[in-house]
Amino acid sequence: MYRILKVQHLSEKNWLMEIEAPYITRRCQPGQFLIVRTGEMGERIPLTICDYDREKETVTIVFQVVGVSTARLSELKEGECLTDIVGPLGRPSDFVNEDPEELRKMHYLFVCGGVGIAPVYPQVKWLSRHGVKCDVIMAARSRDLIFYEEQMRSVAENVFITTDDGSYGMKGVGTDMVRKLVSEEGRHYDRCVAIGPVIMMKFTSLCTKELGIPTVVSMNPIMIDGTGMCGACRIVVDGKVKFACVDGPEFDGHLVDYDLAMKRARQYKEEETAAMHEYEEHHCGCCDRKEAA
Amino acid sequence: MDLTKRVPVREQDPRARATNFDEVCLGYDEEEAVAEASRCLNCRNPLCQQGCPVSINIPAFIRQIREGNFEAAADVIAQASALPAICGRVCPQETQCEGKCIRGIKGEPVSIGKLERFVADWARNNDYQAAKAGEPNGKKVAIVGSGPAGLTCAGDLALMGYQVTVFEAFHQPGGVLVYGIPEFRLPKDAVVKPEIEKIRKLGVRFETNVIVGRSITIDELLDEQGYDAVFIGTGAGLPKFMNIPGEIANGVYSANEFLTRNNLMKAYRQDSDTPIRCGKKVVVVGGGNVAMDAARTALRLGAETHIVYRRSEAELPARREEVHHAREEGVIFDLLQNPIEILTDENDWVRGMKVIKMELGEPDASGRRRPVEVPGSEYVIDCDTVIMSLGTSPNPMLTSTTQGLEVNSHGCIIAREENGETTRKGVFAGGDAVSGAATVILAMGAGKTAARGIDEYLSGK
Repeated sequence: MYRILKVQHLSEKNWLMEIEAPYITRRCQPGQFLIVRTGEMGERIPLTICDYDREKETVTIVFQVVGVSTARLSELKEGECLTDIVGPLGRPSDFVNEDPEELRKMHYLFVCGGVGIAPVYPQVKWLSRHGVKCDVIMAARSRDLIFYEEQMRSVAENVFITTDDGSYGMKGVGTDMVRKLVSEEGRHYDRCVAIGPVIMMKFTSLCTKELGIPTVVSMNPIMIDGTGMCGACRIVVDGKVKFACVDGPEFDGHLVDYDLAMKRARQYKEEETAAMHEYEEHHCGCCDRKEAA
Repeated sequence: MDLTKRVPVREQDPRARATNFDEVCLGYDEEEAVAEASRCLNCRNPLCQQGCPVSINIPAFIRQIREGNFEAAADVIAQASALPAICGRVCPQETQCEGKCIRGIKGEPVSIGKLERFVADWARNNDYQAAKAGEPNGKKVAIVGSGPAGLTCAGDLALMGYQVTVFEAFHQPGGVLVYGIPEFRLPKDAVVKPEIEKIRKLGVRFETNVIVGRSITIDELLDEQGYDAVFIGTGAGLPKFMNIPGEIANGVYSANEFLTRNNLMKAYRQDSDTPIRCGKKVVVVGGGNVAMDAARTALRLGAETHIVYRRSEAELPARREEVHHAREEGVIFDLLQNPIEILTDENDWVRGMKVIKMELGEPDASGRRRPVEVPGSEYVIDCDTVIMSLGTSPNPMLTSTTQGLEVNSHGCIIAREENGETTRKGVFAGGDAVSGAATVILAMGAGKTAARGIDEYLSGK
């Protein structure tokens, strides 16, 4: 059950895992997400789907260690199993149900930041398979945080890289590259998809609004069930309350209230910090990690 | 012994229990159960049985208790109910079996619920499994949702010899019994798990982490997976909000979220990874059983807890016993008041709730007197957490992905009352998904009816 076939340490805090999950792989589409749980007292963590293999019946997830639950997840080894994995959740990206003929007339620009590279990949892969042109901007703080570059290049028309510290690609952030491509080089994009930290999606959306490019973002707020039951994932889009889990996770980037989303994301900051502190104290390396799990 | 009075049931002291999550009611012991059973008049025309949504032969099982034949009592109940340890705890007996009890005319009715619970607990503690699976008939039925409706339907079908698989979206089976009803009313490890285990022992297979409508569709179940019929018991899981200003502030929960964090995810325990924020002063909005559960949970997490309800005490939809327990434990009732705004601090955290006082006017469509605002009576209740407990509606996730399954204007699945048949051939439904939010026992009744409906449909095939 839910066996982990591959674990890859991408960089300091970023991990990639390939997991057996037949129910998810049979039906998942770009834009959807899943929920995992580690340990009998584990939290339900929503994660984006980075890749899926319908024949092998595996999904690939990429996650960043941000708290105790993701730290615990990162400790699992190849051959071990997740306690739970469920999905696919959320609505697929709108383009999945659009006329491919119409789509082929479009030029897509993807802007992905940090682990946001993960959910962008299956979208670009799907679109390129359907003959739609996609340019991708991969943005990260530094070179070691860029992953899946080769895979992305194999499906995208063009891949542009920016790093905050200039250690790889252009020095700058994703929006700098958007402006360069559109304003300086005069490239035309019909649609933009921006996925990454909320602050990055906010600024990308501000930028594309200015440039007049319709933009979709993928929200990843606090969630429990992921099926519309709890309402923890409430966000405001165009002045209306939406449940990110069932109404999204993708929304019109020009209409999302990002500041509110960021405030809501910090709701358990104190509890998380305290839990992480305790977790690290108990993980001095002298005791078996299984004890904590 | 004064036969007009019930044998009192032992409970944890209110002050002690207000700080723990252990069960409030301790139930009868053998001696107390036999004494209470001897109060039954054994009526020739037992109205109590008519009051039971699953028609348990109540006088018969009480007679067996009186004789000390607890196994036989368990056998009688098992003919009608798969979950007696749960029903004995959470059924509104006062409006059902006990409400019809003849003893109740000139005194207190027989404690039928507590006796049912006694028998179920006795059977569990003595490893007595009353029900046996039927001879396999080679037909497969899929059950969607493992709450009271699904479990009952699954249990009954297994008794008839069907091969049953229950699909559950969460990581644990039980539905509302696990995510909604708190530990202090319905212990999970001690009661719910063993009851589900009993159903598993009948050969029912449980598949958790499967969301029918997302992970797999009804079409696939029927056309590709070889199921001969499907029962939908997906409950009413969508929380309602008031749509008042400030409702999206940090610190505003739906009762569903608050209870799920605490019950399913066990946030009240130190060793749980799931956090819960309760604050110092909690206001629960609503007056139903779920509101009582949320309030009593918040109280146990250490908060001063208020219930704000727009009508008066008499209209509280919660069971009397729940209101009584809540009050005993120290929940404060702010009745005839209605929230109009949630006030926030500079970081968008709840800092208070503006309410307006209400008075009761003319009766409305529900027959209850309609609450009317008293102009100029607004005031602010300081609080740091608000829990909205305004009811729930069915989740559209399954119905929106299933062709030919019709719903009414409230999103409830349309199903025939007498057999649970929906507008889609081979698909049956029951419980809150059909009725809208109601009780555990009504869902069980619907699960039972649908099991019969499915049997008629498949044996007539």
